[in-house]
Amino acid sequence: MTVPLDKTGPEDTPPSGPPAETIKAVPVRHYGRWLAAVIVLGLLALLVNAFAGADVHYPAIPDFFFDGTILEGLGKTVLISVLAMLIGLVLGVVLAVMRLSKNPVTSSVAWLYVWFFRGTPVYVQLLIWFNLALIFPYINLGFYRDEMTDFMTPFMAALLGLGLNEAAYMSEIVRAGIQSVDEGQTEASHALGMTHGKTLRRIVLPQAMRVIVPPTGNEFLNMLKTSSLAASAAQYGELLLATQNIGRASGAVVEMLFLAVIWYLVLTSVFSVGQYYLERRYARGSLRSLPPTPWQRIKTNLAGFSNRGGV
Amino acid sequence: MTAMVKSEGVHKSFGAAHVLKGIDLEVAPREVFCLVGPSGSGKSTFLRCINHLEKINAGRLYVDGDLVGYRQRGDKLYELKDSEVAAKRRDIGMVFQRFNLFPHMTALENVMEAPMQVKREARAVARARAERLLDRVGLGDKVGNYPAQLSGGQQQRVAIARALAMEPKLMLFDEPTSALDPELVGEVLDVMRGLAEEGMTMIVVTHEMGFAREVGDSIVFMDDGVVVESGHPREVLTNPRHERTKSFLSKVL
Repeated sequence: MTVPLDKTGPEDTPPSGPPAETIKAVPVRHYGRWLAAVIVLGLLALLVNAFAGADVHYPAIPDFFFDGTILEGLGKTVLISVLAMLIGLVLGVVLAVMRLSKNPVTSSVAWLYVWFFRGTPVYVQLLIWFNLALIFPYINLGFYRDEMTDFMTPFMAALLGLGLNEAAYMSEIVRAGIQSVDEGQTEASHALGMTHGKTLRRIVLPQAMRVIVPPTGNEFLNMLKTSSLAASAAQYGELLLATQNIGRASGAVVEMLFLAVIWYLVLTSVFSVGQYYLERRYARGSLRSLPPTPWQRIKTNLAGFSNRGGV
Repeated sequence: MTAMVKSEGVHKSFGAAHVLKGIDLEVAPREVFCLVGPSGSGKSTFLRCINHLEKINAGRLYVDGDLVGYRQRGDKLYELKDSEVAAKRRDIGMVFQRFNLFPHMTALENVMEAPMQVKREARAVARARAERLLDRVGLGDKVGNYPAQLSGGQQQRVAIARALAMEPKLMLFDEPTSALDPELVGEVLDVMRGLAEEGMTMIVVTHEMGFAREVGDSIVFMDDGVVVESGHPREVLTNPRHERTKSFLSKVL
């Protein structure tokens, strides 16, 4: 026998309590916010006014924006930043592993390296590399022998100066990343018969990346900017030196500095977007669902619009 | 027949803490060997000594007739190299209390990792076995999930499949159900029971007395770094001879 189920339920008592309509209340007025906004806008207007009235020949900026020399300098800025960062990354991993090793010699040497390069201004380091020929007229590596002035070009000085300095910072970042990985991961890997090296490469480093990538992106943005020190310290023809040269020749000194500022902002903005995707890649497995990419977010927003239109 | 695991007077200290104070025991092949006792009694430490995750300070420990962690020539002991220790561990599977799955890999990749990296197995072979093993632990539909997307019980079953992928001759379980919600314990114990029925040699550190009674062939009660009592589970669990065993069992049963 089947009992008929009453699916509608009793209809006698309406739910008690306040009616379920949207509350319309007079919001609190935030007069302080209005005041603050007016003050800030006022100050901003003063700033804009000052620059508008300054003796700046603004058309010079677009005129030279895509100048060959500028673009070449831009390319060199990116090149030196990427290469120095690569040196920093590889050497940084090596130093971090040395620092964490049980061997007291390697770990102290790594400590000493970080202590030295982190403790001295990178500008001074660049000057020393560039002027190395003053104390070592020849370079002799056994398989390679040359006059130091031929070897230590502005490019080499900038590369070594920036790269070796970066390695010190990167090693600390990598070390923090490696130490952030749970020890149970190493144990599980060892228990499966994986050696120390394999465990580091396959299990520990990929997980450390999640901790390593964000500060590394930061370091790279810093590198893009710090590379400008190579202009005066090592006479390397990157973006700043290119703009300065044009500025000196054309008399538009500050205009060209503004141009450099804009290009630096473009560079750092582009690479921040790249960093976002990289972080997303290494978030695999740590989040239940990955955050949407900016492009995916735009698409869902658009879909939301069309839905609303359809209803 | 050689014992699968043989322990002779094993001692282990962490600094001033003397955790194992002379452990003597033998585990026969195909045996399900349960280690029980209060926390801090040294049972997990002893388990970790068997695959040399911990170095013992005194005594001798043998797995399948081979000394663990050392090579003996005459009277002298030589420490094994990292690669030699790793090679010995291939034959010993281990399952941890906290699962320790690799979070950056899917369930399938977790199970494929060791055969491919350690045994240099071809991808297709490793993949086929991994799929079969995950299917066997009831997770055939979860191969593509990351550990964070699985429940505790599912994660632990993946961990068992991961250990089995190396085709070990001995499985170590370190409180495999202690980190699980009560309703998820059963699914993991079922997998372990199946494994026992197939004749796998298992050493299980556990608080699941029901499992020990039903599946275990021997049981050892440890307290304060020594073996207090050992025997057949039904015997020890129903008629404990020692006071310490009695008082412990009265609290957990």
